[in-house]
Amino acid sequence: MKTRNNKAWFLVLPVILTVSFTAILPLMTVANYAVQDIFSPTDRLFIGMDWFYNITNDPLIFNAFKRSFSFSIQVLLIQIPLGIAIARIMPKSGWKASAALVMVAIPLIIPWNVIGTTWQIFARPDIGLGGYLINKFIDFNYTSDPLDGWILILLVDVWHWTPLVILLVYAGLRSIPPAYYQAAAIDGASQVAVFRFVELPKLKRVLMIAILLRFMDSFMIYTEPFVITGGGPGEATTFLSILLSNIAVGQFDIGRAGAFSLIYFLFIQILSFLFFTVLTLQERAEVTKAK
Amino acid sequence: MAEIRLENLGHSYDGGTTYALNPLNLTWKDGNAIALLGPSGCGKTTLLNIISGLITPSSGRVYFDGVDVTESDTARRNVAQVFQFPVLYDTMTVSQNLAFPLKNRGISKDEISKRIAEVAELLDLTKYLDERPLRLRSDLQQLVSLGRGLVRKDVPAILFDEPLTVIDQNFKWTLRGRLKELHRVTKHTLVYVTHDQTEALTFADEVVVLNEGSVVQSGSSADLFLQPEHEFVGFFIGSPGMNFLNASITNGLVVLNNQEIGSAKSFGGQNLDSGSVRIGVRPEFLTISNSNGLPVQIDRVENRGGYQLAHFELAGSKTIAKLSNETKVASGQSANLVFDQERTYLFRESQLCGRLVSKVS
Ligand SMILES: Nc1ncnc2c1ncn2[C@@H]1O[C@H](COP(=O)(O)OP(=O)(O)OP(=O)(O)O)[C@@H](O)[C@H]1O
Ligand SMILES: [Mg+2]
Repeated sequence: MKTRNNKAWFLVLPVILTVSFTAILPLMTVANYAVQDIFSPTDRLFIGMDWFYNITNDPLIFNAFKRSFSFSIQVLLIQIPLGIAIARIMPKSGWKASAALVMVAIPLIIPWNVIGTTWQIFARPDIGLGGYLINKFIDFNYTSDPLDGWILILLVDVWHWTPLVILLVYAGLRSIPPAYYQAAAIDGASQVAVFRFVELPKLKRVLMIAILLRFMDSFMIYTEPFVITGGGPGEATTFLSILLSNIAVGQFDIGRAGAFSLIYFLFIQILSFLFFTVLTLQERAEVTKAK
Repeated sequence: MAEIRLENLGHSYDGGTTYALNPLNLTWKDGNAIALLGPSGCGKTTLLNIISGLITPSSGRVYFDGVDVTESDTARRNVAQVFQFPVLYDTMTVSQNLAFPLKNRGISKDEISKRIAEVAELLDLTKYLDERPLRLRSDLQQLVSLGRGLVRKDVPAILFDEPLTVIDQNFKWTLRGRLKELHRVTKHTLVYVTHDQTEALTFADEVVVLNEGSVVQSGSSADLFLQPEHEFVGFFIGSPGMNFLNASITNGLVVLNNQEIGSAKSFGGQNLDSGSVRIGVRPEFLTISNSNGLPVQIDRVENRGGYQLAHFELAGSKTIAKLSNETKVASGQSANLVFDQERTYLFRESQLCGRLVSKVS
């Protein structure tokens, strides 16, 4: 019989303590705010679940949710295929491979607000090089046209984050043993067939991770719209996070913002969890061998 | 089905610093089964990959039926190749895996199902046809891999890279038999890589022995056994391998342990020059006589069922004689050793140079 030694739990204690202070306690403060109406630091009223009803029926928040969701979907539709396409044509070995990797990774190491500021100026029709050039061909003004504002934020996100997809896919491709490509060549497979039957199945795992990361990250996008468009023009780029900070820091409506945060947080948690479950279940089904 | 000719074929993976395969010349007759035999790392896989076009050789040419194919890519050469470890398309079922090489070449549906059925029958895979290969045991996976190499009929050659390494011992024998039968019927040119000598010797019409990137001998199983042209072949083929004894030649006579034991003749019949020499004789060609011969002290006798192995030391080398069960021999006894006249060879710098014509017989 196995003897159980519960002393081992003491070893986990430091982690539990740290996590309590960094994650659980702050989250609990938010939960505390969410059930009160706070007028001033000294004047507050317990109102139970009222904020939650209020929020789930607020058209402002619902519209921001739709915006965020469709933004994330567009991000995935562009970045995943683009990332795969670029990773496939990148050099595979030698100094060219290193050079390509460094170049691809550059957007990932620039501070986020620097990216925002750079693009904000670059895309301006009057003083920005990019905005100036593109206006020679089409009208593009992200400060006044809602669609242009949306497109610019999407473009910045593609520029900033496609590299992550590229790096993940590139690593995935490098881990495919050469024998698979050799067998495909022997079997007379076309380029398309090689992608479809050799690469894609082997990339499934990395792609799942890439999709998960990109969805969650773009769903929480804040810095770029904050710096570049400020959520405008109009409300074109007022994503959930922008709206949330407007409520919390702009209007100091802490109780409502707290309830909003909790719902936002839960939504992302649930999606991630579902995603992860599907991923692991599928893998387990595959590995289980017929007896 | 084609004759394969390799001309000055060599390959270096590092741009010429070291050669994985030293330039070699070989011609393989159309329809022959050829075994490439050699220890790990001797360049067998490299040679196969060059023939199938997966690697472009650093030097030399490859001809199929006299046509230079060195520059054509793998798809154009159209050879079939089976790899050392299972390589499968995970998202396809077993039967889709088998169909893949045919589908890519635009073969009709009916023909494809016919061929799949044949191959599945041959490899005992029929009941797994609808399974995903990932769910199968690794030996079954390798069979699927093997099957993909066998479904095509119009190939100039089929190349096997140690295809049976992961297959269970019993089934290996069955499978080898079936492959051999298949070869007899289809008459494909078949190149079979292995480091198992039994496999090579039983399977092939012609065995090519490679060592450290060079061909040391190429010939029939009997040639390699009866007359190894290189010490490596003597040692690598046969079990136990050839015995080698350090000796010297003076005035055309072979001296072993300060004793003249016979004359050293080249295959042309001339006397060999004086100097050191190695005597090579297979355990099968040593016998024990009670009258005359070279006296030795038997250390140990090992009974192997059908025969017995007598171990003893001769001229500082551990030596083995393979004796019939009728021979009366026991550990610790002294005996007189007799070399077979025809099958005792002399080697210099590892190369075969002549024959020992024994005094005692
Ligand atoms: N892609 C490669 N790059 C560099 N060197 C290689 C490469 N493939 C093989 N080699 C080297 O070339 C030599 C011959 O390798 P090869 O794979 O042809 O041997 P092999 O006879 O098939 O061995 P094994 O029985 O282990 O399969 C080895 O020394 C190996 O290290
Ligand atoms: Mg090999």
